[in-house]
Amino acid sequence: MTRYLLRALALVYLLFLLVIPVGLIVWRTFADGMGPVIDALTSDEALHAFQVTLIVAVWAVALNTVFGVGTAVLLVRRRFPGKRLLSALIDLPVAVSPVIVGLALILVYGRFAPVGGWLERNGIQVIFSVPGMVLATVFVSLPLVVRAVVPVLEELGDEQERAAHTLGASPLQTFRRITIPGIQWALAYGIVLCLARALGEYGAVAVVSGRIVGETQTLTLFVEESFQNFDQTSAFAAATALALIAVVTLLIAKLLRPKGT
Amino acid sequence: MAIEVCDVNKSFGTTPVLRDVSVDISSGSLTALLGPSGGGKSTLLRIIAGLEVPDSGTVVISGVDATRLSPQRRNVGFVFQHYAAFKHLTVYRNVAFGLEVRKRPKAEVRRRVHELLELVHLEQMADRYPAQLSGGQRQRMALARALAVEPEVLLLDEPFGALDAQVRKELRTWLRRLHDEVHVTTVFVTHDQEEAMDVADEIVVLANGAVEQVGSPDEIYDNPANPFVMSFLGPVTNLAGHLVRPHDIDVSATERSGGTAAAVTRIVRLGFEVRIEMRIDEQDVWAQLTRGTADSLGIEPGDTVYLRPSPHAKRLASPGSGRPVQEPAG
Repeated sequence: MTRYLLRALALVYLLFLLVIPVGLIVWRTFADGMGPVIDALTSDEALHAFQVTLIVAVWAVALNTVFGVGTAVLLVRRRFPGKRLLSALIDLPVAVSPVIVGLALILVYGRFAPVGGWLERNGIQVIFSVPGMVLATVFVSLPLVVRAVVPVLEELGDEQERAAHTLGASPLQTFRRITIPGIQWALAYGIVLCLARALGEYGAVAVVSGRIVGETQTLTLFVEESFQNFDQTSAFAAATALALIAVVTLLIAKLLRPKGT
Repeated sequence: MAIEVCDVNKSFGTTPVLRDVSVDISSGSLTALLGPSGGGKSTLLRIIAGLEVPDSGTVVISGVDATRLSPQRRNVGFVFQHYAAFKHLTVYRNVAFGLEVRKRPKAEVRRRVHELLELVHLEQMADRYPAQLSGGQRQRMALARALAVEPEVLLLDEPFGALDAQVRKELRTWLRRLHDEVHVTTVFVTHDQEEAMDVADEIVVLANGAVEQVGSPDEIYDNPANPFVMSFLGPVTNLAGHLVRPHDIDVSATERSGGTAAAVTRIVRLGFEVRIEMRIDEQDVWAQLTRGTADSLGIEPGDTVYLRPSPHAKRLASPGSGRPVQEPAG
């Protein structure tokens, strides 16, 4: 009896928290049929937002993949002073609010900050531009690839890599032929999680992008702006699109998730 | 000499694992590094392979100082205790690995891999993955993989450790035959003296990080350098302050010169072998006789018998008795 009660409770909880709100968005989106939805999603503003989101996400995922695999190998395979500190720092973005991340980035890379000023004099604008948005997104999704790869790398052990060395493989050959295939599913899972996080990022990007319509507006910012301007059709359509992308990436992640975990 | 290890020291943290170890291994030999676990034998093997770096000392392989060479450049074949099979590659690709990273032509790789798979009797398994093989098959695959690159020396870390008794015996015989066929200088680590004596031409006994004795199986068994080697290589018992092999004790039912009186406590019959357990002044001693000899003595628990070492018995002063080491009696 308690079992059924607990189950019902969990379902009701999820119903009010997740199913009804998301369901309502989808319902409101398609309330007037497909026509307005397609119109809303193919407006110049929306298309541009899609494009910006994609560019930022792809860059952030690429950077985090390289950084994530490198750091994971470093953390698992090497011993060095400050290893625990590095491990703790990697988890920091989870604890820090994205808005703070955005503000911190402005303090360093803003036009009137030393680093940002120097970069700007050399023709690179970071804040209110794509590089800043990529930085912010990289920061908030920093631990995802590392944390997906580390346990698998630990479990894999270094015997196969050592065997490859004795067989004459260089460190690079060993990495490519032995390490990468050993962690490929965990890596793919980490990348998908990172992608989902990058697509949905709002807070940090909102601060550093300056929300310039048609320039630095991502899909999440577009949803918010449309909603504020009472353009509910656009807001709901874009929100539904985002939710759909999220669901698809999570499904992929579920499929990639190694059995048993 | 295929391998010359000279004055190697190695510590893990503050624990010394190898102390001034020097070993020469001749070309084409099959050598066992024998010793109790924790004796440093695996560490020595890994130092020869380059998987560990010695704190001091040198390793020369085929006349080349390899002490600072990475394992990648030593051209040694190493078979890991748990095989370290490449799980994502088929048996064929596992064996081909060393040749592929050397960018050998495809046709040559194919020919060589098939040759080796035939050698280790795994031709039928070429397309399987390691997970689909039995322990013994995985072991043979690891061996073929190590041999594929035609190493100067083949190193095996506890090659039969993870296998069950039956497969162990088979692989032992098979490794011996393989070595007679391939003639590559081979060093393997084992803690099993029977395995070492069965397979190797040369045994290096290592204990507490130091070499205790080097020699052929017969030399080491018949002329152990010290009580440790003697008791590690085979059963020993204590007779009148000396370590003696239980099969080197003459048991007589009647008193005779040089005999020590002992009270029979128990007689254990193990088929062909009969163990007679006795006591001499509060001290246990046992003798190993053949069934025929034991029957002709006609003794029973409670009887008194007279013991003395057989004429050519190897005797060593037992540790703690304070007597100097004595040469074989007779």
